Amino acid sequence: MAGWITDVPAVGSVLLTASSAGDAPARVQMGATLGFHIILACIGIAMPTIVLLAEFVGLRQSNPVALLLARRWSQALGVLVAVGAVTGTVLSFEMGLLWPGLMRQYGSVLGLPFGFEGVFFLLEAVFTAIYIYGWRRLGGWSHFWTGVPIAVSGIGGAMSVVSVNSWMNQPGGFEMVNGRITQVRPWQVFFNHASAYETPHMILAAYLVSGFLAASIYAAGFLRGRRDRYHRTGFAIPFAVAASLTPVQLLIGDTAARAVAADQPVKFAAMEYVSRTSGHVPEYLGGIYFNGRVYGGLRIPSMDSLLVGFSPNTRVIGWDSVPASLRPPSPTLIHLCFDAMVGLGTLMLIPGLWGLLAYWRRRELPNTKVFWMLGLICGPAAVIAMECGWIVTEIGRQPWVVYQRLTTAQAATANDVVPTLTAIVVLYTGLGVATIMLLRRMSRRWRAIDSDNAAGVPDPLVDHLDPLAGRRR
Amino acid sequence: MIPALVGSVLLAVLTLYVTFGGADFGAGFWNLVAGGDTRGERPRRLIEDSITPVWESNHVWLVFALVLFWTAYPDAFAAVASADAVPLWLAAIGVVLRGAAFAFSKETHRLSLRRALGAIFALSSLMTPFFMGCVVGGIASGAVSANATRSHSASWTGATSIFCGFLFVGACAYLAAVYLVHEATRRQDSGLQIYFIHRAQLAGIATGALSLVTLGELRGANGQLFDRLIGRALPLVVLAGACGLIVLAKLTNRGLRGLRFVAWLGVTAVVWGWGVAQYPTVLPGTNLILSNAGAPTATLDTLLVLAVLVLVVVTPAFSFLFWLQGRQLLSSEESEPTTPLPNRPFHREGSP
Ligand code: HDD
Ligand code: HEM
Ligand code: HEM
Repeated sequence: MAGWITDVPAVGSVLLTASSAGDAPARVQMGATLGFHIILACIGIAMPTIVLLAEFVGLRQSNPVALLLARRWSQALGVLVAVGAVTGTVLSFEMGLLWPGLMRQYGSVLGLPFGFEGVFFLLEAVFTAIYIYGWRRLGGWSHFWTGVPIAVSGIGGAMSVVSVNSWMNQPGGFEMVNGRITQVRPWQVFFNHASAYETPHMILAAYLVSGFLAASIYAAGFLRGRRDRYHRTGFAIPFAVAASLTPVQLLIGDTAARAVAADQPVKFAAMEYVSRTSGHVPEYLGGIYFNGRVYGGLRIPSMDSLLVGFSPNTRVIGWDSVPASLRPPSPTLIHLCFDAMVGLGTLMLIPGLWGLLAYWRRRELPNTKVFWMLGLICGPAAVIAMECGWIVTEIGRQPWVVYQRLTTAQAATANDVVPTLTAIVVLYTGLGVATIMLLRRMSRRWRAIDSDNAAGVPDPLVDHLDPLAGRRR
Repeated sequence: MIPALVGSVLLAVLTLYVTFGGADFGAGFWNLVAGGDTRGERPRRLIEDSITPVWESNHVWLVFALVLFWTAYPDAFAAVASADAVPLWLAAIGVVLRGAAFAFSKETHRLSLRRALGAIFALSSLMTPFFMGCVVGGIASGAVSANATRSHSASWTGATSIFCGFLFVGACAYLAAVYLVHEATRRQDSGLQIYFIHRAQLAGIATGALSLVTLGELRGANGQLFDRLIGRALPLVVLAGACGLIVLAKLTNRGLRGLRFVAWLGVTAVVWGWGVAQYPTVLPGTNLILSNAGAPTATLDTLLVLAVLVLVVVTPAFSFLFWLQGRQLLSSEESEPTTPLPNRPFHREGSP
């Protein structure tokens, strides 16, 4: 990726057509719909594995609580996957409705990974149906095995979509003559320069989001005094998954940051407030960039150079290397989002280590309230970290939609999207509220069943699994 | 050769979406017209129970069709997405509302909420097929120009487009009614069986009439396509008509064996008739033809690899799903104790 500034075919045309405000509604709409979809996507990617883990524990150790949890999670999963599917369909429409310029130019390139995504989603949908509706009649291990393809295709689907995004960051694998794609090397499109870190980083993020979110629901219950085996198990299984992957995530993120510094230096400059190319670049934690200065925040001299090249003398490219029109819009937003992601990621290490230590010493999770509060916070924290990461990636790439090839303004539709933006915001607000209300209803119903059960009223759902399931806590 | 194969793959995926996903939309139509709470209770329950486990799988064919469209024919896709932005947005919003109403209705037990969701489900079930039909009608009549960059109402509000929109609604309702006849039969519910036989007959007649009207309109809008429809695509057109008549005859005589397949074949013949008549253009009225529509060879080759993957991996998975359903091994957790109707999905095995 040497010479990142030299082979820029589109620079000239951008400088000529520097008006970019016209595409703002389209960008807001894309960001809003993706920001919504991605939460459900995370659950669709990682939650099946967590459900399967609970079912595995349940079957292996004849643990009725784990089995009951797996069953209930899969019901919630059914609702969430459906919302994920419809919001994903909107995104597919939006690729054309918002970015016809992108599709006209590059549809035949970035469509390929999307095609594989399609195959994986077909599989995921089919096996999700079998798994969710199969609890009653496909007992035991055969039911477990019908869930494995969901987990596998979720990961495959995520790899495919994220490779589209990483291709937009590091486009390659095609030949273009006179503005027409003449050749495509599918392999290189798929495994582009950025997919090596983006794909694992996103898939792990999905596991952190799903695991910590599920755990935080039971942490909330625990803090409200429901300190039973059901809540402990419900917390422990997803929490163990997410907490054990957190350190790996931080390592990959660190690699990603160095790769971004090398391959997309202007994005990196915005992430780290590097205004001038130089050595001994300081690291800022927090702070607001305004009028050429950083206000507030913690300044660590030479630290950024050290992180990028393991030596304080490392030259880091600043955004002065490109004209103002080729810089992303708001370094403050990008920097603060990056800091939030890294900070929250580091925070999420703490409860994991604490839990591990306690478990190692006493074979039990800590009873301390602070631990469970941390567990509660980690769910929303993972979601925020993930959203912040996407803001860094997407806004940091501006003004490009395909890095150094096509600008967002060139890609955007000439149609007025303000009406659809309005409609979508209303629609998605309703959808989000309805989804949350629905999940709460489900959990209230389950609690009612549990207390009936504790009082000796049989539960049709649990009964044939284990008559003691509700009472054993 | 390769471009034609890719075109056939796209058409095949569209067929699957129209005949499976379309029927789910059609069921929403019957939900809408099922009448008040008490009168509509039983048909609504049958509709809900039969679609719940399968609508999402059926729906993914749409996504796959979109991806194939933009990958194989990026220019045509961009043109359609720009010119037909309005109906496409409306169709997408319909998809969201329909899916959400579905996902939520299982869990909603209060009557007023169920009613509201039912209304959303039903209205959105009309919206999506209608506006998709408008888009297809506009394409077929040659109203979308190859380098369209702006929304252009003439490209989807011509008479052919509007009739095509109604035709889509009709065809979806027709398929759904036929599938629901089968479903009622399987549950040995003769009341609902007769209920849906009547509706299938009505929808069949309406759809047949709408096809003829649309065909007539097409003659004025795109003479070439019309000539080819009654030229080289004639066998398919005849097949479609014959299937429609056979279904009507079978419904009248209560000969219900193979009914779903014949209905399915009829609608499939219409889709392929359109494809054959339009060959080799991608956007009629423009110079975009299959072999120069924008994607390089390696892309088309990869799409064929994908098609083979779908054939060898996804088809067995779908068959497994049907097989489980056929053996009644799938059931909803959420069927409340008070509503012991087993949850048996329909319109699956039997269709190829
Ligand atoms: C739970 C979520 C989560 C956590 C804890 C982290 N990240 Fe992250 N990060 C994401 C979730 C995420 C993501 C899923 O939102 C992104 C957006 C694009 C991508 O592939 O992953 C991302 C992108 C992203 C990028 C931009 C890549 C690009 O623009 O191409 C960098 C440089 C980092 N991350 C670095 C880090 C570092 C150094 C972390 C901690 C020490 C870290 N991330 C923790
Ligand atoms: C494979 C996945 C993704 C693809 C293909 C994709 C594609 C795009 C495209 C085409 C744009 C418009 C052009 C641009 O502004 O650069 C965009 C913008 C945006 N996307 Fe992504 N995106 C992906 C993932 C995500 C996710 C998961 C988020 C989650 C938050 C996200 C957030 C945004 C935001 C905030 C913008 C607006 C940028 C701006 O306003 O400047 N993206 N994305
Ligand atoms: C990083 C970004 C993304 C990830 C990781 C992701 C992942 C997923 C996953 C796992 C699902 C399965 C549904 C579920 O289980 O909830 C899903 C659904 C879907 N996604 Fe996304 N997605 C991303 C962005 C996009 C983009 C940019 C598009 C389209 C342009 C898209 C289109 C779809 C579609 C059409 C579905 C529905 C498939 C179905 O019906 O099963 N996604 N996504």
